[in-house]
Amino acid sequence: MRNLSRFLPLLGLLLAAGAAYAGPGTVGEAEKQPLNVAAIAMFVAFVLSTLGITYWAANRTKSTADFYTAGGGITGFQNGLAIAGDYMSAATLLGLTSMVFAKGYDGFVYIVGFFVGWPIILFLMAERLRNLGRFTFADITSYRLDQSKVRTVAAISSLTVVLFYLITQMVGAGQLIKLLFGLDYEVAVVVVGVLMMVYVTFGGMIATTWVQIIKACLLLGGGTLMMLLAMSHFGFDFETLVTKATEVHKDGTKIMGPGSLLADPVNAVSLSLGLMFGTAGLPHILMRFFTVPDAKQARKSVFVATGFIGFFFLVVVLLGMSAIVLVGTNPEFFEGGNVGGKMIGGGNMVAMHLAKFVGGNIFLGFLSAVAFATILAVVSGLALAGASAISHDIYANVICKGKPKGGSELKVSKIASIFIGLAAIGLGIMFEKQNLAFMVGLAFGIAASANFPVLILSMYWKGLTTKGAIAGTICGLTAAVVFVVLSKAVWVTVLGKAQAIFPYDQPALFSMPLAFLIAFVVSKLDTSAQAKREIEAFDDQYVRAQTGLGAAGASNH
Amino acid sequence: MSSAAYERIRNNPKFDKLVATRSRFAWTLSAVVLILYYGFMAVVAFNPTLLASPLGEGRIATIGWPIAALMMLLFWVMTGLYVHRANGKFDEINAELIKEATKEAQ
Repeated sequence: MRNLSRFLPLLGLLLAAGAAYAGPGTVGEAEKQPLNVAAIAMFVAFVLSTLGITYWAANRTKSTADFYTAGGGITGFQNGLAIAGDYMSAATLLGLTSMVFAKGYDGFVYIVGFFVGWPIILFLMAERLRNLGRFTFADITSYRLDQSKVRTVAAISSLTVVLFYLITQMVGAGQLIKLLFGLDYEVAVVVVGVLMMVYVTFGGMIATTWVQIIKACLLLGGGTLMMLLAMSHFGFDFETLVTKATEVHKDGTKIMGPGSLLADPVNAVSLSLGLMFGTAGLPHILMRFFTVPDAKQARKSVFVATGFIGFFFLVVVLLGMSAIVLVGTNPEFFEGGNVGGKMIGGGNMVAMHLAKFVGGNIFLGFLSAVAFATILAVVSGLALAGASAISHDIYANVICKGKPKGGSELKVSKIASIFIGLAAIGLGIMFEKQNLAFMVGLAFGIAASANFPVLILSMYWKGLTTKGAIAGTICGLTAAVVFVVLSKAVWVTVLGKAQAIFPYDQPALFSMPLAFLIAFVVSKLDTSAQAKREIEAFDDQYVRAQTGLGAAGASNH
Repeated sequence: MSSAAYERIRNNPKFDKLVATRSRFAWTLSAVVLILYYGFMAVVAFNPTLLASPLGEGRIATIGWPIAALMMLLFWVMTGLYVHRANGKFDEINAELIKEATKEAQ
């Protein structure tokens, strides 16, 4: 903590800058609620226990391997829970519940799209990731290619994904906490940012993983309890639930089948591609594969994660459906008691209102604390992924050519996590009133288009060369950004133009194949001697990828 | 790791067999997941009323709900199947391969 006090004046400066920046394009902001004592007490209990873990982890974080990957000493089951935790963000609980609440079956279809990437990641990626990678996914893409060039480009696209994802999480955190705890937006953002810096800087991957595991258990336990309490209102009978839900929902029985949400199949396919392969290109998710001792545990962790994620998603479906009856008809949850009008706190608060209905203020407090903890855990994972891109890829391998002086890489990674934390706080405050719907799409779009294609090609295709990898990454990154800027979320909503040039919500269907194509064509055209060496080096890489011989093992403690 | 050990593994016929069997298994499972999922999405897009047909006479619940839930369950069971085989049989062969390659080096 001593180190942090030095940065406090800077924090103040960032706060002021944020306050001055309240530009146009504002969206409906969350109303501040009265202080929620139960929620704050439970959150404080969570923070204290995680700080205890961070202290414990700090004593175990001595090497760069400890910092980045917990020394590879996490078991498959623990890592599975942590992966599930990384994937089940507050947006998942709140957003997906609200989507089922509003759209019924369409929400379920969307949820299946969120889930289906996991088995594919296991079948085609998990063991190769573990066998080839050490700290970052750029370890894999640069394995037989030009270290400096490939890592620089990979680090840039990683940091872009991390930053966009962080902004959405920080803004979400601020809005949510203002609403649930009655704290000021800026206070909330600073609390999240500072705790994140403490976890990551002092406890590294060990603390980040355990924070994630605790939160995953709380979220799974709390969600399940809420689902059981809600279902008890319907005699635990799905037919009774849907009968009542269709009676009161404005769309009636239409919510029982596919409807308007997926009316445009091209859009639906692009969205699911972005979710599926974006997941497989998110740096903080990929990093999780390096925290286990071997490929065996890596496979097991995906099995465990897939099970928990699938279970949680089914719980969310039931939550959304029961909220149609329990929240949707209750004047207590609508502004001015006007049922069907504007929901208190906005449309994303369905799960929170349901918690209050089934378990009173105490349960609402509990779920609020879990939501806060969720954001905290996810931003910590993101910050760590961003910090490792800076320190491991840029500093240690590009600047120091793979030979950093003893201990300096660890120091750089800690400084990097502090800077990422400060950037997250500053950007979180700056973007308070912006509509951020496009940013999640952008983060997944870039992950699916810039990271995923080159990662897959580097593991599966002998012919990939440095030039091809770089061209593929840059092209995927640029295409994803350009398509999102030209789509409705930016072109119409943010820039105020009349009609979107790119008609779909998610760019992946177009930008991802483009990245594959460019990487392929450029590699094919590359006939240099270097390209020839790189292609020859594939054979050894292939044996390691398949057998794990030579893979980084767990460190001994 | 020395290139010689990799070379020895590459020349071991067991390696080709392991890789071929495991890859075939992984690709088959992936194909099943992708075909079922995109098949499901095609029904959603082009024949939505099929999924909206009731589960039984006079019932409100439609077949779409159990279909989506069972699909998720099936995908999870498939991950279990892959892990069971890869961590069992395949890893045994893998361990033999590494042992043979590193033993010869000594």
